[in-house]
Amino acid sequence: MDISFDSRAHYEATKKSAGYVCLKKANQKTYDRIGFMSGLEVHQQLLTKEKLFCHCPAGIYNKSEEYDAEVIRHMRPTLSELGEYDGTALMEFKTRKEIIYRIKNETACTYEVDDTPPFPIDREALQISIEIALLSKLNIVGEVHITRKQYLDGSIPTGFQRTAIIGVEGSIPLKNKTIRLIQLSIEEDSCREISDIGHTRIYKTDRLGMPLIETVTYPDCVNPAEVKEACDYIRFLNRSTGKVRTGIGAGREDVNVSCKGGTRVEIKGVAHTKWIPQLTHIEAFRQWSLLLLREQLRKIKNYESWKIESYIIDPEDYNFSYAPLIQATELQQQVIAVKLRDFKGALSHFTQPEKSFANEISDRLKVIACLEKPNMIHSESFVSELEADDWKKIAKITKSQPDDAIIVIWGPKEDMKTALETIEERCKMAFEGIPGETRKSLTDGTTIFERVLPGADRMYPDTDSAPIPLEDSFIDKLSKEIPKEVIDRFNQLRQWGIPEDTYTYIFSKNYYPLIEEIVNDLKINPKFVGTFIGHRLKNILGKNKNFKFKAKMIYHLFAFLKENKVNEKIAIRMLPELVAHPRMEFESVLATLKFKKLDAEEILSKLPFINGKFEANKKKTDPGYRINWIMGQVQKTAMGNMDLAVVEEKVRNMISQK
Amino acid sequence: MNEDFFQGYKGDALATLMKFNARVWGQADIETTRGKFVGTILPRSENDDDQHIVMKIPTGYNVGIDIKTVNSITETGYKKANYKIPEKQFPVTPGLPHVKLLGTGGTIASRLDYRTGAVIPAFSPGELYGAVPELADICNLDTEKLFAVFSENMGPKQYIALAKAIGKEIENGIDGIVIGHGTDTLQHTGAALTFMCQNLPVPVVLVGSQRSSDRPSSDAALNLMHAMKAAGQSDIAEVMVCMFGPTSDEYGLLHKGTRVRKMHSSYRSTFRTIGDTPLAMISRKEITPIKKTYNKRRNDRNVKILPYFSDEVTMLYYYPGMKPDIIDSMVDNGYKGIIFVGTGLGHVNRELYPAIERAHAKGVHMFMTLQTIWGFVHMFVYDTGRDMMAKGIVPLGNMLPEVAWIKLSWVLGQTNDAEEVKRMMLTPVNDEITPREPYNGYLVLQGGVPEVESFIRKVHK
Ligand SMILES: [Zn+2]
Repeated sequence: MDISFDSRAHYEATKKSAGYVCLKKANQKTYDRIGFMSGLEVHQQLLTKEKLFCHCPAGIYNKSEEYDAEVIRHMRPTLSELGEYDGTALMEFKTRKEIIYRIKNETACTYEVDDTPPFPIDREALQISIEIALLSKLNIVGEVHITRKQYLDGSIPTGFQRTAIIGVEGSIPLKNKTIRLIQLSIEEDSCREISDIGHTRIYKTDRLGMPLIETVTYPDCVNPAEVKEACDYIRFLNRSTGKVRTGIGAGREDVNVSCKGGTRVEIKGVAHTKWIPQLTHIEAFRQWSLLLLREQLRKIKNYESWKIESYIIDPEDYNFSYAPLIQATELQQQVIAVKLRDFKGALSHFTQPEKSFANEISDRLKVIACLEKPNMIHSESFVSELEADDWKKIAKITKSQPDDAIIVIWGPKEDMKTALETIEERCKMAFEGIPGETRKSLTDGTTIFERVLPGADRMYPDTDSAPIPLEDSFIDKLSKEIPKEVIDRFNQLRQWGIPEDTYTYIFSKNYYPLIEEIVNDLKINPKFVGTFIGHRLKNILGKNKNFKFKAKMIYHLFAFLKENKVNEKIAIRMLPELVAHPRMEFESVLATLKFKKLDAEEILSKLPFINGKFEANKKKTDPGYRINWIMGQVQKTAMGNMDLAVVEEKVRNMISQK
Repeated sequence: MNEDFFQGYKGDALATLMKFNARVWGQADIETTRGKFVGTILPRSENDDDQHIVMKIPTGYNVGIDIKTVNSITETGYKKANYKIPEKQFPVTPGLPHVKLLGTGGTIASRLDYRTGAVIPAFSPGELYGAVPELADICNLDTEKLFAVFSENMGPKQYIALAKAIGKEIENGIDGIVIGHGTDTLQHTGAALTFMCQNLPVPVVLVGSQRSSDRPSSDAALNLMHAMKAAGQSDIAEVMVCMFGPTSDEYGLLHKGTRVRKMHSSYRSTFRTIGDTPLAMISRKEITPIKKTYNKRRNDRNVKILPYFSDEVTMLYYYPGMKPDIIDSMVDNGYKGIIFVGTGLGHVNRELYPAIERAHAKGVHMFMTLQTIWGFVHMFVYDTGRDMMAKGIVPLGNMLPEVAWIKLSWVLGQTNDAEEVKRMMLTPVNDEITPREPYNGYLVLQGGVPEVESFIRKVHK
């Protein structure tokens, strides 16, 4: 190793050579240069009473400490149909995790913990998924085959998820292009993780088994904004049926990203579409940087036979002041120095903002070898955790040359073999390119290793379920019930002159049908209704999250105003009251606002009197101020009784006549 | 040309495939009125209808295509899947016990078959080692497939063949025997082998799995490890059933072949010892005896194999209002023995008495067991019980109904003498009737009791 190596400078240099710019400064040219490619897997919970394969209630959640029983399982890789172990399977087996499931009687039965075979699929869920598949222009299958998709992380107690394809090959329209869809499947949701420490992972089983659909797109998106747009469209489409769940965790997406020469990497469980641009931007550059690192590493002599060398460290011989190392020593854990021949510069090579190749190794040590972080230090940290003397000693016992890099790891003895294998495996992958992985997203837009990307060979027919035929007549019946397409709704809003900044809110809350109903039935100005919901309602509900307030009330409100011949603009004043007290009668709300029914003549006749009371102020001589003051006085009585624009017109005329 | 290109397809679906010159394992583009589907045509399960073609699409999922919607099928390639279980040489480790695994057709290690959706067992030592490599740390393994029948088809012929095979293995010096078996009739085989293989010098362990090993959460691998350990390393020289204790992957229980019963249709921890405690707990680390007394492992080879079985024994599960013609027809059909499964302490209604008398007069051997499963037959308590005994029905204590049926079949395979039959039935071979029931032999702790609820919360199920 080279004590004098400036790793920070090297990090910056490699960041620069990758051409990394922040999201805001990037444009299509940036993405074309690195060959940005991305697609989506959008998950959406369906609004059903029961779970997909048993009769437990759907949508009831328990706190982590609320449980009646615990069950322990270990997951073993199985022999696949083609006789090979799946790559992920082997990794998960290496981690030797003890999985604990917490069960609450009201939310889980013996099906969830795999002690009872599945009941027939929930018909409600099946119908909703077909409706959404039809809206997504997918080719609907003739027969639904329940398939087992293996998950060895324990997130499902059976070790597999029951899932089935509803349709293949569809498309969704974006503003400027069409995104093709690969498929839509219906599946059971997984457990929620409570904790994952060392060799124990704890899950709760309340969400497990809830019906979910997954819409998968082709990697047709060529920049981060497009990925978000596609994701929003799919989510709006799902919500347009009004038959899906909303709220935290009800919609989640996995984003697949690659760069030119890269590998498909799946960023899992992104809960907000607004995070997508940053995540995909950084991931594409991570891959691009790793490809540059590969170029460097392939210059190493005989890299095909490259191996790590490991040396057990006796902490007694060192002056460790780094807390985790002291703790490891106290716990009598093993400390090992690993020499990476000719790896100088690799560990501090840029991968993501404030992250380097060393993080790739550390992340895997946590997941595969179950070593909690911090789990390693290395010769190219930005801040060295060891004294120079200690590094020199380590360099000496590992017989390091200046071009070598060193990693020091610590942990329980029995985990060290896997840890060393993990380090060697990840380093060797760097000669090959980018490993296929699923990665977990962090709020800063970076990602960490989660699992090895599983292949298609983890799919098995479910021997517990019979195929379900979908007759033409059934599909035809459902296709008559599906709502208007989201793209048509977009166009309609535009045509109505409703401002675009309201669309996301309107579609994400599925308020389009409400607006359409108000406009069609009550003949109220669409632009007013659109902004009333997209601006006013959004604003008020943003401040006061009253779940008892149901948006459908807005229809009744306008109907009430129309029936009583009250001008609809009064709704603006009534809305905050209604949100605060959803059970209050409309009349009472009006009374609270001291609203009196007056006819236009009467209101206008008071204008000269009000005008007379205006006391001109030296500072405010301009007539605009006078008009505003008069309007302020008259607004309360006028609002609801007549159009304020008419009042203002009158005031203007009155003043200019003087 | 005897290759089956249309595995499982019949009727209209078969005709459609033939019409378009498509075959199973062919990669195909199928144009339908619902759009185009691309993938590999898969075999179809024989029990499914003839209106659909099954395809594996590139993402690995299977879908069915309705043949009524098919416009055309174009085969673009052909690639037959090759089922193979990775087989590795099972290592021989000096110092480890030698265990023989006898196969009956139950699935312990297995893989899935596309066509029937059925499970194909892995069985040779090499295949098992490929699937459960941990076995090599427990024992040296040899295997023999005696027959391949489903659990429900196990019967007298198989019991006798198994008993003889056990005798042969013991003679050859084996340290322990494991029998792979489907779980449905595990208890019947357990009882039969207890009666047929007496004075065992080594453990004989029956094992199965409630979740086939094609599932990552299968209980098969752990059960197999436990069974091999029990056979090779335990000093309990009895016929035992080795299955999960709790449903969690924690430990197994060793149950006596005569006291064990499958108590849940699908739970992993379905086997329970009835009316007593299990013999022992077993984990990968250790064997912890629960019962203090049991037959110990010996070095001699003096096993007694008694491979007898009569097929003239039946069982009568009583229900209120049962008519005597049921018993008459059993007797008319030549049955020589009837195991009654009576209500409560061992009762049937008076209406049956004449038929019981007729049966007794014809020399039919009749015994009483219980629907309650737990507890002893007590026919002295009420008049009806005393009446029945007078009419020739012998109470069998706390012998389980299935065990009683097996035992009577075994006894009638050896003698027809009424007194001898009665003597043999009432003389326990291995606790099929116990002299006393321990207080913890009946553990059905149902909800509502706060202590039980908190126990269930704390202890892994
Ligand atoms: Zn359930």
